[in-house]
Amino acid sequence: MTSSADALALPQAVGWPTWLIKRAPVLVVVSILIVLWYLAAILMNAPMVRDAFERAETQYAVSDLIAGTLDSERPIVPAPHQVMAQLIDSVFNYPLDSPRSLAYHAWVTLSATVAGFALGAIFGILLAVLIVHVRTLEKSLLPWVICSQMVPILAIAPIVIVVLGAIGIRGLLPKSIISAYLCFFPVTIGMVKGLTSPDPIQLDLMRTWSANALQIFWKLRWPSSVPFLFASLKVAVTISLVGAIVGELPTGAQAGIGARLLTGSYYGQTVQIWAALVAASIIAASLVALIDVAGKWTERQMGTAT
Amino acid sequence: MDRATDGDGDVTARAQVIGFWLAALGLLAALALPLSTEADAALTANSRLLAAVFAGACMFAAAAPASVLSAALGFIGVLLGCAVTLILLDDDAVAGSAGWGFWVLTLATWLGAILTLARLAALPTADNATRWLRDLAIPIAFGAFLVYLWEVAVRGFGVSPVLMPAPSATAKRLVESLPTLGEDFIQTFVRSVLSGYVIGCSAGLFVAVIAHRFDFLKRGLLPLGNFVSALPIVGIAPIMVMWFGFDWQSKAAVVAVMCFFPMLVNTLAGLAVAGPIERDLMRSYGARPGQTLFKLHLPAALPFIFNALKINSTLALIGAIVAEFFGTPLQGIGFRISIEVARMSLDMVWAEIALAAVAGMAFYGIVALAERAATSWHPSYRT
Amino acid sequence: MRPPEHARGDAETAAGSAQRALTVDARGVSLTFHTRDGEVQALSNVDLQIGEGEFVSFIGPSGCGKTTLLRVIADLERPTAGTILVNGITPEDARLQRHYGYIFQAPALYPWRTVERNVALPLEIMGFGTEERRKRVERYLKLVNLSGFERKFPWQLSGGMQQRASIARALSFDPELLLMDEPFGALDEIVRDHLNEQLLRLWDQTGKTVLFVTHSIPEAVFLSTKIVVMSPRPGRIIDIVSCDFPRERTLEIRETAEFMKVAQRVRSGLRSGHSYDE
Repeated sequence: MTSSADALALPQAVGWPTWLIKRAPVLVVVSILIVLWYLAAILMNAPMVRDAFERAETQYAVSDLIAGTLDSERPIVPAPHQVMAQLIDSVFNYPLDSPRSLAYHAWVTLSATVAGFALGAIFGILLAVLIVHVRTLEKSLLPWVICSQMVPILAIAPIVIVVLGAIGIRGLLPKSIISAYLCFFPVTIGMVKGLTSPDPIQLDLMRTWSANALQIFWKLRWPSSVPFLFASLKVAVTISLVGAIVGELPTGAQAGIGARLLTGSYYGQTVQIWAALVAASIIAASLVALIDVAGKWTERQMGTAT
Repeated sequence: MDRATDGDGDVTARAQVIGFWLAALGLLAALALPLSTEADAALTANSRLLAAVFAGACMFAAAAPASVLSAALGFIGVLLGCAVTLILLDDDAVAGSAGWGFWVLTLATWLGAILTLARLAALPTADNATRWLRDLAIPIAFGAFLVYLWEVAVRGFGVSPVLMPAPSATAKRLVESLPTLGEDFIQTFVRSVLSGYVIGCSAGLFVAVIAHRFDFLKRGLLPLGNFVSALPIVGIAPIMVMWFGFDWQSKAAVVAVMCFFPMLVNTLAGLAVAGPIERDLMRSYGARPGQTLFKLHLPAALPFIFNALKINSTLALIGAIVAEFFGTPLQGIGFRISIEVARMSLDMVWAEIALAAVAGMAFYGIVALAERAATSWHPSYRT
Repeated sequence: MRPPEHARGDAETAAGSAQRALTVDARGVSLTFHTRDGEVQALSNVDLQIGEGEFVSFIGPSGCGKTTLLRVIADLERPTAGTILVNGITPEDARLQRHYGYIFQAPALYPWRTVERNVALPLEIMGFGTEERRKRVERYLKLVNLSGFERKFPWQLSGGMQQRASIARALSFDPELLLMDEPFGALDEIVRDHLNEQLLRLWDQTGKTVLFVTHSIPEAVFLSTKIVVMSPRPGRIIDIVSCDFPRERTLEIRETAEFMKVAQRVRSGLRSGHSYDE
């Protein structure tokens, strides 16, 4: 009704563990979405399946129709279980270096993502430190870094791939360069915000102790920037993944999730595309979760965990 | 928040003075060094260039002691250095096979430019207007100098235009291909980006308003929205092509999905921001839920909504271009980029990228202006 | 507008004055909050009758339930026991029929509306016409001495002026009852004195019933016809002190002996109800 103190206390349903109650809304929404997904699969695939039955001139009941929509080879909307089956099949049933193994492709993209992310993050942090301490850089370079947020930088991916390819550099390195280039912008901006986040009062206090710039940095600026760092790292890792995938598109690379998406779209392998997307999502979610865990651990070590 | 630094750190004063003298000497040293690795060209041959080099060196020397004019003098020196090197590049002997003399000229000019920027950054300003002008001039000058360096490096090293075109070549190609650029702009921006942006943002807003009303829905959708925002949504492009065909509709669909989630998450955050006192006030007026939504929650959520609109403006453009990498009819920025890249006519690619950059900045700028008009009451506009 | 009355606000007199209902009639009101840390008895068996036109202050230390009682009257909280009638009907009906205006500790003006649009907010919600809204806004801004500030935004006003604007907003739809929860608590003493005088004048001119929560003893004694002294854990009424000062009073009466006596009674009531040694 109002802002009374017990507004936040969730009703204690008898017998349910607390973690389940807290997650209940998400679980319910996800379940509803899965049901809707099945319905969509049935409805969208129905015309195609019906045509197939009629062409083969076989009798069919409604249950046959539904079964057909959930099991077709080239569905318009694959059913969730089809996607999961394809995912499990292509991950576990092929040797790890086979181009038919989704695990192989995922690994290719993942390695480019992580390499690019590491490069971009380190470079971004260094640049942020420089920007905060050198005024000329702050005034000349920072506006461009901020502008880069408005510009679709991903469009340069093809150039990087092709130019580097022309001088003989292919494979992991060009994709990593693209990923690194994409993710250093959010890291730089986030870290600049973080390094300049200390209260002016704190900076004045440092000045009364005649602390030099290095001391101020290690004892005040760097610890204050930790939350900003992890927030921008999460953004950076997702952008890095997108960069790696997009880097596989221009030259029609043979390996990687982007390549898998391309071949799937050329050969009409819908379920393969969906499975590749699910794999990419799993990678993205795991990477973000890893950074989140790292962030929470760091904050606990620093004693600033809430 | 006026400045990122507290103004104490910068290239130290002594280093700046030494630097300016070094730049001056560098310019003069170029007179003695060969300009080309092939033919026998020297600066002493052309009297006008000789005079320009001397003048540039004098400018740098005069700019060395810190004074109010120092930035202006340094600027003239940089201009002279740039002019000399660019004119030299017209000489076939130099272009492609530039010698030490040429590079020393360039490096000296570069050093002078860095120091001039440093002096400009430290220039005291009388009022807000001059400070704003100065803060605008610095990044522009910096960017312009980078373009100059790019031009000099490409032409001086003789990099194959197939590999890396010079900015001048790109500019020429841009002007020549305006009709094509125009068509691509309409296909990508007007058709795919704008329609997808409007659909995605409105859907996000609508769902957020409904979820705000039903708390259970909000608690279910918010974590989901945050989760999906981290996923590479651009990857649904091939699926959208399967559903909507090759043309702009599938790209608009990708854009719409990309814009939906940030809008949902931000709007939900904004709708929750009204405090208990404001909500109690509405309750004391006996206001209906619809009145509370339109008179309290939505206006309070506007800053968050505009934040999402700005983020989405960039995401939309990226989504449309990348979706076009997956296949599109014969038009579009992404299409043109992938085609011209395969043909190795990179000057056209850069022209398209320039178009995309301008479109992105203009789009963002328009949204930012709209934000200012709608939320001028927000504290962020007061400092 | 009903003429101001110097009613003595207890059941007998009210019943005797022409069948007019008590403005507030609370009997045995209790409110228990269920929090994670256990149960908190915010109000325990509160009996209170307030007649029309009175100026009643609620005073007590933090946690004594004075704000909670005000919120119960405003239907912003529901009591867990007891009955309460506002103008003879339930608090909920009173709220839906817009019988009262509530003024919070913070001005709670909407930053995206100008002062005049802020004052017009309840009028928009309650469906007043455009011309009527304009007239009322003008009238009440004049009443709180804010004429000329219509087009300003809240952040352009000082704290005291913002609070005055929120008072104009609460008055704009002519409620019979004004509920004020420590409205001047965030202001400095000079502004506070000034606003106390203005509030008193307003009460005199409009004849409304005012329920005023404060934790300043001089403020309570200066403004009220009746002071309700409360104490915490559980929240209950310790004492009800009547004040008999003339209606046209100035700040000077704060130095008179009579004022001191009333203040002393209030203070001893507070002390008896709340021991700082706990």
